[in-house]
Amino acid sequence: MSKFQFPESIASRPVYGTLEPRPGKAHLMIADAEGAEAILELASQDAALMAKTHIIYIPKGTDFSEKLRALKPAQFYEGPSYDASVQRIQKVLGDAHMGLQVYLAGTEGLMGQAMNEAVSAGIPASAIQTEHRGSVARRMQCVHCKGITEDVVTDPFVCSHCGLNLFVRDHYSRRLAAFQGVCIDAEDPGNVPEPVELYK
Amino acid sequence: MSAAPQKAKAGAEKIAVTVSAVVPLNDLVTRFEFKRTDGAEFPPFSAGAHTVVEMQDGDRTRLNPYSLMSDPADRSIYAISVRRDDQGRGGSLFMHQKVKVGDAMTLTYPVNLFSLDLRAKKHVFFAGGIGITPFKAMIAQLEQSNGNWELHYACRTPALGTYADELTNAYPNKVHVYYDDQNQVIPLEDLLDGQPLGTHVYVCGPTGMIDWVHATAAAHGWPSENVHSEEFLAPQPGKPFEVRLCQSDITIQVGEHESLLEAMERCGVDAPFLCRGGACGQCETDVVEAEGDFVHRDHWLDDEDHASGKKIMPCVSRFVGKTLVLDR
Repeated sequence: MSKFQFPESIASRPVYGTLEPRPGKAHLMIADAEGAEAILELASQDAALMAKTHIIYIPKGTDFSEKLRALKPAQFYEGPSYDASVQRIQKVLGDAHMGLQVYLAGTEGLMGQAMNEAVSAGIPASAIQTEHRGSVARRMQCVHCKGITEDVVTDPFVCSHCGLNLFVRDHYSRRLAAFQGVCIDAEDPGNVPEPVELYK
Repeated sequence: MSAAPQKAKAGAEKIAVTVSAVVPLNDLVTRFEFKRTDGAEFPPFSAGAHTVVEMQDGDRTRLNPYSLMSDPADRSIYAISVRRDDQGRGGSLFMHQKVKVGDAMTLTYPVNLFSLDLRAKKHVFFAGGIGITPFKAMIAQLEQSNGNWELHYACRTPALGTYADELTNAYPNKVHVYYDDQNQVIPLEDLLDGQPLGTHVYVCGPTGMIDWVHATAAAHGWPSENVHSEEFLAPQPGKPFEVRLCQSDITIQVGEHESLLEAMERCGVDAPFLCRGGACGQCETDVVEAEGDFVHRDHWLDDEDHASGKKIMPCVSRFVGKTLVLDR
């Protein structure tokens, strides 16, 4: 099952919902990996939806692409990574008009970054639907060197830029679409707890 | 505890003013301009704000909210435009019949419940009749920053098109006027279609028009955050009723033609208020005990609150029944 119930946390931590079809002139769905399952369920609720839908999908090694194509969306784009897809996302949002509904599904890193693009295009954050599916890996910012480490699954972890041992916090930045990682052994260098998998 | 300082009196702070001009615009609408009696500048306001005008009508003190429609950049005057309502409770008739240049009056500091969302990429205004007033100020404010806006203004006839000619002459490419007597209707669906992402719409006019814009925009997939409206409700008359105010330890009678808030004020109870039209939420009052039916008319409480019987907005809502005890 690709669903995961996050434990309750601090106010800055994003909360995700369940996608539902909403009235709109056009629909933009952006998903990665198991996020495809959320789109498949959404499509099953409203047969007319896909005729006005543009899907931007990043498989990340999964094999949902054929199932998504079979929904016959008006447009389907498969990107090798989020970074490779972001230009297309910006172009689609730049050309869009009021009445566009945005649906985000998949990992937190994808939803956070795509949310930023949609908000800067003029859609209020509260009007954008999200549904978490798949990996609970986090996009982390090292608060010391500001480098971003993608797909972090253990706590603590080693910053991929500066090599510090970082503690995974729930403190989240919407602007960066990343959680904050703080040095865990600053006062006693080398005294690093054994990494444990997130939520285990 | 709120960080805001506690005010000594209910309502916004007051400003003593002198009526500096009374300008009839057509058969129904007159503009009133005010200068500060102390000669100082008015406090700045953001477009969309209203002021509550205090009218001394014999023994009776009337307090009516009106949108400020003067240029927010001009701090030498405040101006309101008042539509005469012959069937109303008398505030607009008092303004039209009794107020003369040189009269001393009292206004409150401006309060804004209908502000521009300055993050918007474009602003689309829908006005119906006297609902044009807040947009006069909004247009003046946006013109200062070369803002992207357009106005769609429905009025009954050219003769009653308050500011229609003035606005059309000043902004011929941005102002669109529709006259009922020529069977012209705002093409709302076409106008909502194809607006750039990040457009906000604002509507001020009759209830039916406001509901129409909200419902049509929602059906077109517009987020509710992008649709703004303002409607001041006038308190409606109703059967007299009795209320016990337990904090003040008095029992008062609410007359047929006064609101619960006005009855409290008449009896010397300093009840909080700002807009007096069911929109701002300031006068929300807890119900201690009730046996009977509420007549809720405000835009503030949600349906759940209305059904609960635990809260009432005394500026516009009434009560029919045996006992009502309020925590005031």
